[in-house]
Amino acid sequence: MRTRTFLLAGLVVALLLGGIGSFYASSHPDGLIHVAEKTGFLDSADDSATSDGPMAGYEVKGVDDPRLSGGLAGVVGIVVTLALAGGLALAVRRRGPRDADVDA
Amino acid sequence: MHVPDGFLDAPTSVATGAVAAAGIAVALRGARRELDDRTAPMAGLVAAFVFAAQMLNFPVGAGTSGHLLGGALAAILVGPWTAALCLAVVLLVQSLLFADGGITALGTNVTLFSIVAVGTGWLTFRGLQKVLPKRLSLVPVLAGVAALVSVPVTAVAFVGLFAIGGQAPIALGTVLTAMLGWHILIGIGEALITALVVSSVIATRPDLVYGARGLLARRTLEIRTPTSGGAAS
Repeated sequence: MRTRTFLLAGLVVALLLGGIGSFYASSHPDGLIHVAEKTGFLDSADDSATSDGPMAGYEVKGVDDPRLSGGLAGVVGIVVTLALAGGLALAVRRRGPRDADVDA
Repeated sequence: MHVPDGFLDAPTSVATGAVAAAGIAVALRGARRELDDRTAPMAGLVAAFVFAAQMLNFPVGAGTSGHLLGGALAAILVGPWTAALCLAVVLLVQSLLFADGGITALGTNVTLFSIVAVGTGWLTFRGLQKVLPKRLSLVPVLAGVAALVSVPVTAVAFVGLFAIGGQAPIALGTVLTAMLGWHILIGIGEALITALVVSSVIATRPDLVYGARGLLARRTLEIRTPTSGGAAS
């Protein structure tokens, strides 16, 4: 499979997972929060400074439909992460001829 | 296991911030050895994929869910230093854009995900590779085991931080037992997802799996004569 095809396919899978699959994810608190709740230190949590942001909690403010709201948040997050991490990786990479022992 | 602001006191948050910053600095240098024109885009995809996968909480018991940490997965796909960077980017985006994980807790989360989870996952994977036969088909299995180990270890690391800077007077034994119990279960989910994803990549583009490098070269050096009758490898 060509690299570009592979990367695009991977991105599509990620977008489907985050954009659509996330709606069906469990809404129970995760292990850490559950433990905090049960053992009694959940109250020490503070809201983060961005908890009033437009996409806080993976819900886009102003979009009423919960599927669309969550899905949009997922897509935005995936694209931003891809851009930042990809950009960083490209900036850090070794340029020039490949190592001789790397399989093409 | 995204830690919110306030779970740990300010000195501990500052200290983990320093640890995280140092870790990222080291990872930037190490990643240079792992990344080239061919593997850099993969790093972007891995980060995006981990972000997406972390949205997919799965139930692990009455009222509790887990989600992929992704440390072992990322390390095996793109190498440990790049993985540390990928996880850090994911955490940054999550905390800044989605208020998932605190801002003052960012150092804590980067320490837990980028250093402990990635480190444990990678070291477990490499340790297993050293003592087992060098076969491509084993990579997804070892990836799964490494993932399984990485989750409870990260949970214990959190309890360690909680012991140092927790802001509520809860008995450590209680927290440790609860965290370990749930995160062993969550580790099973992590193992399954990791093994599945790694085996998918190996099936399509094994050369893009950092943890399989060297195994591929081994495989392709086999010489098949026309009379051996086998299909292409």
